[in-house]
Amino acid sequence: MPWTRDQLAERASKELQDGYYVNLGIGIPTLVANHIPEGMTVTFQSENGMLGMGPFPYDDEVDPDLINAGKQTITELDETAYFSSSDSFAMIRGGHINLTILGAMEVAENGDIANWMIPGKLVKGMGGAMDLVAGVKKVVVVMEHANKHGESKVLKACTLPLTGTRVVNLIITNLGVFEVKPDGSGLVLVELAPEVTLEEIASKTEAAYEVALHG
Amino acid sequence: MPTTTSPKVFPDAKTALEGLTFDGMTVMSGGFGLCGIPENLIAALRDSGASGLTVISNNAGVDGFGLGQLLTTRQIRRMISSYVGENKEFERQYLAGELELEFNPQGTLAERIRAGGAGIPGFYTATGVGTIVADGKEIKEFNGRQYVLETGLVADLSIIKAWKGDARGNLVFRKTARNFNPMMATAGKVCVAEVEEIVPVGSLDPDNIHTPGIYVDRIVQATFEKRIEQRTVRTKESI
Repeated sequence: MPWTRDQLAERASKELQDGYYVNLGIGIPTLVANHIPEGMTVTFQSENGMLGMGPFPYDDEVDPDLINAGKQTITELDETAYFSSSDSFAMIRGGHINLTILGAMEVAENGDIANWMIPGKLVKGMGGAMDLVAGVKKVVVVMEHANKHGESKVLKACTLPLTGTRVVNLIITNLGVFEVKPDGSGLVLVELAPEVTLEEIASKTEAAYEVALHG
Repeated sequence: MPTTTSPKVFPDAKTALEGLTFDGMTVMSGGFGLCGIPENLIAALRDSGASGLTVISNNAGVDGFGLGQLLTTRQIRRMISSYVGENKEFERQYLAGELELEFNPQGTLAERIRAGGAGIPGFYTATGVGTIVADGKEIKEFNGRQYVLETGLVADLSIIKAWKGDARGNLVFRKTARNFNPMMATAGKVCVAEVEEIVPVGSLDPDNIHTPGIYVDRIVQATFEKRIEQRTVRTKESI
């Protein structure tokens, strides 16, 4: 069975480590916050200027001055710190954030990622995505393996305008997990979702990859 | 007696913009989404009638609120932003070719404004290398990695929103309503700040002032609607 959205988030949560500072993208990545392993301290950064994001507020706690990068109302924690957008992106671009988990439209076997623009459609903007992929130490993509037309999103080369080049470290799709070799020379399939076969992955993946399944 | 008046203090947003607006000017406007936007000064800028504006702001407001008000009246000719997804009138004007748009990565936008305010005309960043953002820009290699040259941004006027301020223009922001406001205060030839409360000089802790008054030319106390874009709540668990 391919992983569900929530199972994808749970799998992505295995990339968290104690003490990490983490920035989560919108969509499935946001769900990763629900799967922090017991006893682990992880601090979430929101690029609009906050470290130490708390859960959504109760109805009587809603504060219009306190939102996340998705513009949702949230809460603060005892450890929370606020800062300006330039300080926020100094953290991101200066390599101080350990991990970012993002969605994508396409990822290529050299680690290229496209997740902000479809030519011919109205473009809303890249927001902080280009800064995150260029500056964060480890970039993990979480996405469906195929687009809504059934075509592979794991490609030899991206067809859409790029968000960053040779920046992705790990690709988690609903069918399995691929590592991007550090030198950008290709992908390694390291994990399969339950009951997904090598044949199924092969038939649904455009990119070339080696196979080295973990245990 | 503690003072809450000075030549910097103006009675309302309209008066605070008097003599500062003109057609074709460049305006920086603080805020992230609708959080921390100078909602009263945006309305006053609309009422000033200044048109052909270039507006530098992370977002473009929503239909009829925030910068959306200046889109309704067609006063904006060009936007420099990182994300503009929440505005139908923006979409219509852009697709009709009535509005120019320059997308900047959010961190590049923040740093361009910071640099502009600090007298730094350009800087190199890894963000956007290998993408259309770097098209036509100088690329330089440092320590084996490629970086793109981005330029500092300045404006004729910056309008910002803070929580508290004093008559000397010292400002304190609140929670995530800080966002782009502090950098924009530094990068406008003139900066006008609207605050929820003008407090007596001496009552702000000097160690905890976010924007020193040197950057703020005019300050006005105002009331705020503080509209919320995505009201997201959890329900109390019944135990």
